[in-house]
Amino acid sequence: MAMDLTTDAKNTWCPGCPNSQILVAFRMAVEEMVKKDELELHNLVAGAGVGCHGKISDYLEVNTFNSLHGRIIPTLTGIKLANPKLQVVGFSGDGDSFSEGFNHISNAARTNSNITVFLHNNQVFALTTGQATRLTPKGFKGGTTPDGSFNEPINPAFVMLALGATFVARTYAGDIKKTKAIMQAAMRHEGFAFVDIIQPCLTFFDTRDYFKKRMYWIDEKHNAGRFDSALKVARSVSDEKVPLGIFYQVKKPTFESNFA
Amino acid sequence: MGNSSLYTIAIGGAAGDGVREAGINFSELFAELGYNTFSSFDYPSLIRGGHNYARVSFSEDVIHADYHELDVLIAVDANSVFVHKDALKPGAYVFVEQAYLEHLQDVDVELIPLPMKQIADECKAPHVARTSSAFGAYGYMLGVELKRLKELANKVFANVGAEMNVKLVEAGYRHMRAKEYEPQAITLPPHGRPSGEVMDGNKAVAKGLLAAGLEAYVGYPMTPSTSTLQFLAKAGKKRGIKVVHPEDEIAVINMSLGMSYAGKRTACGTANGGVALMQETISLAGVSEIPLVILESMRMGPATGVATHTSQGDLQFTLHAGHGEFPKFVVAPGDVEECFACAADALNMAWKYQLTSIILSDKHLSESYMSVAIDEASKGPDLGKRAIHLGGQYKRYKITHDGVSPLAFPGTPNVMVKATSYEHVEEGEATEDPKDVQAMQDKRFRKYEGLYQDFQWFPTVKTYGDPHSDIVVVFWGSTKGAALEAAKYTKAPVKLVQILWMEPFDAERVKAELNGARVLIDVEANHTAQLAALIREKTSIEIFNKVLKYDAQPFTPKQLAAEIDNFI
Repeated sequence: MAMDLTTDAKNTWCPGCPNSQILVAFRMAVEEMVKKDELELHNLVAGAGVGCHGKISDYLEVNTFNSLHGRIIPTLTGIKLANPKLQVVGFSGDGDSFSEGFNHISNAARTNSNITVFLHNNQVFALTTGQATRLTPKGFKGGTTPDGSFNEPINPAFVMLALGATFVARTYAGDIKKTKAIMQAAMRHEGFAFVDIIQPCLTFFDTRDYFKKRMYWIDEKHNAGRFDSALKVARSVSDEKVPLGIFYQVKKPTFESNFA
Repeated sequence: MGNSSLYTIAIGGAAGDGVREAGINFSELFAELGYNTFSSFDYPSLIRGGHNYARVSFSEDVIHADYHELDVLIAVDANSVFVHKDALKPGAYVFVEQAYLEHLQDVDVELIPLPMKQIADECKAPHVARTSSAFGAYGYMLGVELKRLKELANKVFANVGAEMNVKLVEAGYRHMRAKEYEPQAITLPPHGRPSGEVMDGNKAVAKGLLAAGLEAYVGYPMTPSTSTLQFLAKAGKKRGIKVVHPEDEIAVINMSLGMSYAGKRTACGTANGGVALMQETISLAGVSEIPLVILESMRMGPATGVATHTSQGDLQFTLHAGHGEFPKFVVAPGDVEECFACAADALNMAWKYQLTSIILSDKHLSESYMSVAIDEASKGPDLGKRAIHLGGQYKRYKITHDGVSPLAFPGTPNVMVKATSYEHVEEGEATEDPKDVQAMQDKRFRKYEGLYQDFQWFPTVKTYGDPHSDIVVVFWGSTKGAALEAAKYTKAPVKLVQILWMEPFDAERVKAELNGARVLIDVEANHTAQLAALIREKTSIEIFNKVLKYDAQPFTPKQLAAEIDNFI
């Protein structure tokens, strides 16, 4: 019987929104893992914060926890700690975890909590109709910065590495196959896995052309086991190039293992 | 009236002098001798220096508060004599560190020099243990045989280096004997049986939660709630209880919700300031109907306020915790034994009705010790049904006649558990449909029908004193202690009414107890008479006579009796 991970809820993302591509990639990732007996569907919990990304929990026929804005990360750690059998993943946004909830994601990275976080990185507060987040490039003209935003953006992959995440990757929502594969690698990783998913907002910050010209996949020569190499590639984002791929993956004791 | 024989001892010193530990040690000594004890601790928000004191009242009668008037003072520093000399009863013993005698030449108090520092040095004991020689010295003055005192000290100091402390106790004892002091002739309790375990409210809350099947506890240190977290961090390990101290209070409550969602009976704890940070998630717990227990211990606000001192200033704040409207359970224990029972009940209620239970404590209750023999049966019945899903399509928020939906946890085959902060349909997906919104709100509020039925099984309201008196004193929380003691001294007998269940509020029982009062007096440690406001809201009874205290100090029995007398 074909697996059906869709729900009856009406999809209310804007037409063409790359959030749908993230949803499709995740469903495919899960279906494959279930088929390969890597995962039992009832053991999967998908959390989400609040923002456009958060609607994803309504569109997934799995266990979900749609938390408050900024607060999904400690909830996920609590779920994993309560029942280590569960595969715990979370969807979050750049407003949701790098503006409001940064204390939480930074701590989860630091403690190597055994959860997976997919960042829907559209570099904008979209559900509130277009304001700058802490990941928005300087100069963005939004509702709260009519003359352009003042501050340099945070580079999330770089920050997560610095804080101690043991799996750090970047992908592009439009590349569903590669996103699916990276999601699976992140879910298989034991420890805190962070995936920065570039997800242009078609309505408030359409960066499709910008990224298409600059994105490239890092090659197999990259040593993901070396922290220095990971830092170097993660921070090499510039006006010329934006690297994608798995930057870092190492094994370290998880937060939850302290309670076993 | 008054207590037949009641004594009070204070130990004063600077932070770091081991004053608090000494207070607990003395309490345990008196409890072992068969006395009932009540001990409070007063300390500023600093780690070294300042003035700390522990005050222990003990009596053959059960006592509910410590007394201001001192029979004994143990002054580890000179300052303690100045601070407490006006509270000394005539003939009080004042043991003072011998090294400071020269600073006390002009003090008009008879002093008993005790070389605590020197004894500690001779016994190679650390500074913090020096009060143990005073333990021996006062044991001598009580007329306890040295052999018995050493046996008792071995018990009292069992977990904190008995050998070294017993040496100090013996040295203190021998010092007094060598100086030929006459032991005081007080009659020790003839039965000689220990009165109970010396325990504070915070530990009793932890024990109550454990008795009700606690599986996880999450907290962030904040006075006066910290000792529950620390006790469970230690005690929980052996029992397989997961105890976490995450990055902030917002993480505390969200992590707790995650653990409850995954099926663990979870509680979290903090002070009132921490609960202020948790507000949005309390609301999330309300809409997502995830069972949650919060221990909230109040200190004097606003803001950082008087950080290590007591207050009852957050009753209304707590009743209205979280934005939006949703059912919750708020219970306010008044003493150590009630801390145990109410904490157990709070956890059971949270799981029976899938709501947030708040245990409302305060500094004076959380950190004051009583000798208690906890009665496991004192907790109310666990009427909880964990409405388990029995098959068919699972709907996390199924509309039911009692408002309680079947509970299932992720990891259950063929079941999808969807929790959400959005208003939702039965399956757990978001909705904005007015009919759905109203139906779900009605469903949640139907839980009150069950809670009202439960009134009959629990002590929602308690009465003490003279049941026939038409002078009625109403109070809540830790004020119980001073109120029960004050009733021993008022010029006319009074009836005392303590309200424990704040939400839901047992209005009929409260009305029955208050109606017919000729003089009705409200006693609370806050500025705005928050209980009186609640009573007016729920019963239309307006209380005009109020005794309010908002100087961050708990009521003391005789002072409160005098204030009650003003209305009689």
